[in-house]
Amino acid sequence: MSDLPGTVASHAASADEQRRKRLLYERNLKQRSIAIAATSTAIVVTLVVVLVPMTPGWYKVRRSFFNGDVFGDTFPGLISAFVKDIQIFAWCAPCIVIWGMILAVCRSVRTPALFPLRMFAAAYTDIFRGVPVILTILLIGFGVPGLGLPRPWNSPYIWGSVALVLAYSSYVAEVFRAGIDSVHESQRAASRSLGLSSSQTMRFVVLPQAVRRVVPPLMNDFISLQKDVALVSLIGPIEVLRQAGIDKSKYANFTPYVGAAIIFLLLTIPETRFVDHLMARERRRTSGTTVR
Amino acid sequence: MNSRLRRLSVIPAAAIAAALVLGACGDDSGSSSEATSASTSECPTINEGTLTIGTGTPAYSPWVENDAPESGEGFEAAVALAVAAELGYEGDSVEWVRTTFDEAIQPGAKNFDFNLQQYSITPERSETISFSDAYYTTNQAVVALADSAAAGATTVADLVDVKFGAQAGTTSLDFITNVIKPSTEPFVYDDNAGAKAALEAGQIDAIVVDLPTAFYIAAVEIEGAAVIGQFPVDAGGTSDEFGLVFEKGNPLVDCVDAALATLKENGTLAEIEKTWLSDKTGAPVISLG
Repeated sequence: MSDLPGTVASHAASADEQRRKRLLYERNLKQRSIAIAATSTAIVVTLVVVLVPMTPGWYKVRRSFFNGDVFGDTFPGLISAFVKDIQIFAWCAPCIVIWGMILAVCRSVRTPALFPLRMFAAAYTDIFRGVPVILTILLIGFGVPGLGLPRPWNSPYIWGSVALVLAYSSYVAEVFRAGIDSVHESQRAASRSLGLSSSQTMRFVVLPQAVRRVVPPLMNDFISLQKDVALVSLIGPIEVLRQAGIDKSKYANFTPYVGAAIIFLLLTIPETRFVDHLMARERRRTSGTTVR
Repeated sequence: MNSRLRRLSVIPAAAIAAALVLGACGDDSGSSSEATSASTSECPTINEGTLTIGTGTPAYSPWVENDAPESGEGFEAAVALAVAAELGYEGDSVEWVRTTFDEAIQPGAKNFDFNLQQYSITPERSETISFSDAYYTTNQAVVALADSAAAGATTVADLVDVKFGAQAGTTSLDFITNVIKPSTEPFVYDDNAGAKAALEAGQIDAIVVDLPTAFYIAAVEIEGAAVIGQFPVDAGGTSDEFGLVFEKGNPLVDCVDAALATLKENGTLAEIEKTWLSDKTGAPVISLG
């Protein structure tokens, strides 16, 4: 334990040597990981590419699902139909965030007089989280316009979007609530002891921390929303899924569905990678180390 | 996690997708082994001694009455049983199965010998499935509420500003987009029930369906609706003919075509049409001019 003055330099040199060895070891480990990942990927891809075409029905499946001619004929139409999906998503997403946040805050109020508000928020999330989105869209999309609203207020775009907002805000409210609950009680105590009111505590102390924590899971809900927008087609609008269905009937061929899937993937894969990135950043921020 | 390794996880997804698409969209050379039925019979069926007929789920009037094709009531039920009788299948040797539109056209083995649910014969569809000769030629018609924007239309020009609805994947929808060419995009529904609800809710002014369905909807299904008019038979460029659907290359097609020819010749088909479908002259004609 006790170092003599003359040995300090040699100790430093050996520490350097050890550090160099460790870096070398870690680099080897990294290269090996990459090699293994690449090899296993190559094996799996080869198996898929070689084995699937050997199945007896492959030529039929290829003709029906991966038909180059049909793909070329229908893909441009699918892309222009997808614009509607993006539009619906664009106006639904902000509404969902706002309404979901209101619900989450309602559910987290602690004032006894506001208990009915908590009860409302709880019942709301129970109902809309428990009913399949597709049913919400069908019931609201066909039901509400039946009340006799004049055009344009009976538009399926409006009521389909309302149904999506109702359904997704219940998921998003739960995510926000989880975030609010994850903020430690001591934060509230500290804030109150500094003289902030209950609502000020929520606004300036709890929510800023809660929202930052739930951004990655929130993004998951929005990727899921991006896909469920297609369900609005059930009540009239011709968006990408419906366009694919129309083309499928026209050609008696399922290739347009593959085209629609590719369009969705072009959008959702980058979104998913972005969420991965956010989550990794959050993990680095909170844990500081990585175990392999 | 290590950032380089993490980025690697994109590679498998991309590689598999690329491999599938490349391998898939190539030429069609594999189809030589198609339809090599081992049956020695001239008119083979999937279950020997039984003719299995597919229809919609549910099947609608006036094509099949009461969703019970076994009774032979309704135009398509009667046609199917007449064809079966010509082929020598009667009573218990005729079996009915229910399929959706998609099931009838998906690749792979079929669970029916032929399927009928108002499939229009088109060259595009013939790439994937086989059709019999036509058993009915129809034309498109407009159904609307009596006070709608479409009421009183006598030419296609009168219909340009009408908001249309149609069932997805029907030739009616093609007819709206290609022939009527309305100023606003039509709304599309999974079935006529959806189109009907939208019509009643005022989301659309009119729906386009084939004429027999139009008569049925106006008379039975929607209160206050009327057949505004029918289009000439060849208005879409070609006439809209219904055919029986078979698995691509099924040799049974020839037998059924022979049976249909006989039924046309001896007047049975016309008789069935007269029994189950309304007289076509019951609706005014909308001209294309």
